[in-house]
Amino acid sequence: MSAGRRQERQAGDGGEPSMTEQAYNFAYLDEQTKRMIRRALLKALAIPGYQVPFASREMPMPYGWGTGGVQVSAAVLTPEDRMKVIDQGADDTTNAVSIRKFFERTAGVATTERTPEATVIQTRHRIPEAPLTENQILVYQVPIPEPLRFLEPRETETRKMHALEEYGLMHVKLYEDIARHGHIATAYAYPVKVEGRYVMDPSPIPKFDNPKIAGCPAIQLYGAGREQRIYAVPPWTAAESLDFEDHPFEASKADHPCALCGAEDSYLDEVIIDDTGGRMFVCSDTDYCRARREAGHTGAMGAPYETEAQA
Amino acid sequence: METASLGGGFADAPVDAARAFRACLNAMARPGRIETVAGAAPPAPLSVAAGVALLTLCDPETPVHLAGAHDCGAVRDWITFHTGAPFSGPAGAVFAVGSWAAVQPLDAYPIGTATYPDRSATLIVEMPGLTAEGGARLSGPGIRDSARLALPETAVFRRNAALFPLGLDFIFTAGDRLAALPRTTRVEDA
Ligand SMILES: [Zn+2]
Repeated sequence: MSAGRRQERQAGDGGEPSMTEQAYNFAYLDEQTKRMIRRALLKALAIPGYQVPFASREMPMPYGWGTGGVQVSAAVLTPEDRMKVIDQGADDTTNAVSIRKFFERTAGVATTERTPEATVIQTRHRIPEAPLTENQILVYQVPIPEPLRFLEPRETETRKMHALEEYGLMHVKLYEDIARHGHIATAYAYPVKVEGRYVMDPSPIPKFDNPKIAGCPAIQLYGAGREQRIYAVPPWTAAESLDFEDHPFEASKADHPCALCGAEDSYLDEVIIDDTGGRMFVCSDTDYCRARREAGHTGAMGAPYETEAQA
Repeated sequence: METASLGGGFADAPVDAARAFRACLNAMARPGRIETVAGAAPPAPLSVAAGVALLTLCDPETPVHLAGAHDCGAVRDWITFHTGAPFSGPAGAVFAVGSWAAVQPLDAYPIGTATYPDRSATLIVEMPGLTAEGGARLSGPGIRDSARLALPETAVFRRNAALFPLGLDFIFTAGDRLAALPRTTRVEDA
């Protein structure tokens, strides 16, 4: 609450604000910017998968850090929220920690690493493994929002293609994959068609996560800062990964159980563990892995949780 | 401008607007869901909920069309003082406010273009009450199976949905409560 009572300060009014400065507005952004983003979010929900333009603001962090996601989070957060921030599934990377601290400081929100306890989750490159709920909002950081960009660099043209539902080239690109590799090689940012209409870039999540977008009880919001686009998937909405009858979509992952918690249903990162090329596969979602180990699950290379905590 | 128009705004704008927007977001994301809002005390005939929605979403970049009884000096002064939004006819409106009868005809408002379907009006429709009971059956994005909301009529929303991805979006208000109906919602008679 106290953050909201601090003196209002216009973002981007000259003078680089430091992260520790006290004279910021609630959730950092000025009210006019938040209103503009909020209007864009409502239209994004009304037109699922369609990219709404917005006037992105400079944020006190580099573009690569997900300024689009940060602006969307700033526009939706309330003082009552409990926020979680993940980067590649982990809560403890520099990027995730910085964004979490930023909102602790500017919006006074509580934070958590536990997916089920979070009301707003900002993410880069993953969807949490724990099922999301009706009481949650998932905010994606998006680097390139336009799924047709690599086929057609001109914005005026891609807009027309979306308007006319001209998605044939997209299928041709995926089919070329099949011709060359025997399967669809696209493993990240695998395009989805939302509610049978707009083809959407789900951000660079692994295609393993694509099925979680469809029919999700949570509100999914996507923010691209550099490219100035906001889009959304409302709860309980269809989102179909593009595929072919003879090559159906497959949500693949490394064919191993997690070495630490034994999970067979979670997306895995390959980790090098010694100088001799030894490696293991562990959950990319660190909170999911921890929760499983806390509950007594142990993988081939994992010590029981209590022991590990004491070490 | 009368001094009365200076009152009734958000006491703590950043936080009041944040809470109000969450209600609007939830309403638009889950059509038919009724949310309660607070923080505005607008002049009659504006409801609290319509006032909250205007304070949360309007500013000098969003022309507002006041329809029927809502087009009065007290409401104009209040909106001007608290939001700075200019007033417009239906064709230039980003938002419109009024009773269901007053906001007609709906084909007077912008529905967006093929390349920019987001450039469409949002109508804030003041209702005598909001209830799910006996209401129209809603389905589509944001709704798990089906939801219910009593609407002034149904055929007009089917025509609006048929325009998708173009179309109008609606926020229904009564007292301190609001619900929303985006263009994607399929509406059937109860
Ligand atoms: Zn694990």
